[in-house]
Amino acid sequence: MISFDHVSKLYGETHALSDISVEIKDGEFVFLIGPSGAGKTTFLRLLIRESVPTKGNIYLDDISINTLPTSQIHFLRRKVGTVFQDFKLLTDRTVFENVALALEILGKDVHEIDHDVDRVLALVGLAKKKHLFPQQLSAGELQRTSIARTIVGGPKVILADEPTGNLDPETSWEILDVLQAINAIGTTIIMATHNAGIVNELKKRTITLDRGVLISDEERGKYHIHKRKI
Amino acid sequence: MTTFMTSWKHMRRSPYQAMAAILTMFLTLLMGGLFFLASTASYFILQYFEAKPQITVYFQDKTTDQQIGKLQADLTATGKIANIVSLSKDQALAIYREQNKNDPLLLEMVTADILPASLEVSATDPNFLSDLEVVIKDAEGVEEVVYQRDVVETLISWTNAIRWVGGSLAGLLAADSILIVMTIIGMKIAIKKQEVEILTLVGASPWYIRLPFVLEGGLYGLLGACIASVMIGGLMLWLYPFLLTFLGVVPVIGGVLGAPTSMPFIFSAFVFFGGLGVTGFLLGGIGSLVAVGRYLKF
Repeated sequence: MISFDHVSKLYGETHALSDISVEIKDGEFVFLIGPSGAGKTTFLRLLIRESVPTKGNIYLDDISINTLPTSQIHFLRRKVGTVFQDFKLLTDRTVFENVALALEILGKDVHEIDHDVDRVLALVGLAKKKHLFPQQLSAGELQRTSIARTIVGGPKVILADEPTGNLDPETSWEILDVLQAINAIGTTIIMATHNAGIVNELKKRTITLDRGVLISDEERGKYHIHKRKI
Repeated sequence: MTTFMTSWKHMRRSPYQAMAAILTMFLTLLMGGLFFLASTASYFILQYFEAKPQITVYFQDKTTDQQIGKLQADLTATGKIANIVSLSKDQALAIYREQNKNDPLLLEMVTADILPASLEVSATDPNFLSDLEVVIKDAEGVEEVVYQRDVVETLISWTNAIRWVGGSLAGLLAADSILIVMTIIGMKIAIKKQEVEILTLVGASPWYIRLPFVLEGGLYGLLGACIASVMIGGLMLWLYPFLLTFLGVVPVIGGVLGAPTSMPFIFSAFVFFGGLGVTGFLLGGIGSLVAVGRYLKF
């Protein structure tokens, strides 16, 4: 379980997050929504210790993420995988090698890597493109490669930061299908998105943030468009 | 193995930077290696001369055996003599023949008549040498007195000069190599910033990311050492006859150089070239460790 306990994050004078308290149970699929600058990315960054809260505590099960020693952060990131809007793939490595990277860092042997990478590439529908380089793939295929790399090590939680932000609607739904399939086998998914269509269609738990403040936390939420006062 | 392959890939992808680092390492290790050899040789040469008699008294041709015997007795009577050996003209010729047995021309030209008889004298304490000097000066029939002290002092000043100049130069070059490797590895880390970021995000441990860079620096040193070893080996092979002629009289050097298939020679070569490799690897490793500590803070 993930738990935010009165978490605040300040960047200088700016409140990126203000007194957020949220609990996310194992196996949940949660949308994190809100306009640009709402604090969605900060929320996700705090979960992988790319940043530490100014106040409050964050827990993953019994691990206190904000007090985790620097030498242990990589273990946390093996449990909490991240899918990025810009894919973050290595351009000099093939699809197979990009995915295999996540297993190489775990010290797995070659046979295990071959087997697991092939299995995951089949799951995301890239088995036939495993020898291609990122430059040879479409945006949807790049995102599926990124997802494959994230899931191959078997993380407990997947954070997806605007994974459909660069994709057309059809491809976005393909990515959502993959993420739902992963969620179906028990992996917690937290997805930050602007895509109202997806949020409204899937009717999953939705946490809405605006200017760092928790606006709503609904079980079968909808994407509300808030007009900000300037 | 994965780490090694990653390091090798880093090197192949920026060959000019790799060449700059390897050449710097090569120069440092070449100079360092030659300095080490010169310093070691001078140490053994010095030891050889220090072990030789401290005073050699050469007599005139007309000096009689009685006069030589009297001086020997006078010196022994002082009680300050550790060892005294009298060499006749014939014994001097025998020694000369042994030393130049490979050069018939030199043997033909020399007879016992032109070699002087001598006394080789060692004192129990170097401080007594001035007292013995007085006794020798008063003796009759003395042609020339060679004080080993003068030779040793000259050698010591040369040895010290080699150590200071060579040591300083090797030290400066080593510092230069470390700085160059540090700069090159720093540049590579900057170029691979995105790759490093991705690796940290997918859960690579800090040392999984750092190790290929550290190993890369070590490999620069090792490759530099290999080239330096080939150069020094070639140079030694080329200078071999010269070294054997001039330094062969020093027992340790002659013993090793004179038998290139013997265990001492093979062992010495192994220790020297192995040491050069280890030194290169460490120098490169230190340079890259500094860069990694400076640019990969997590």
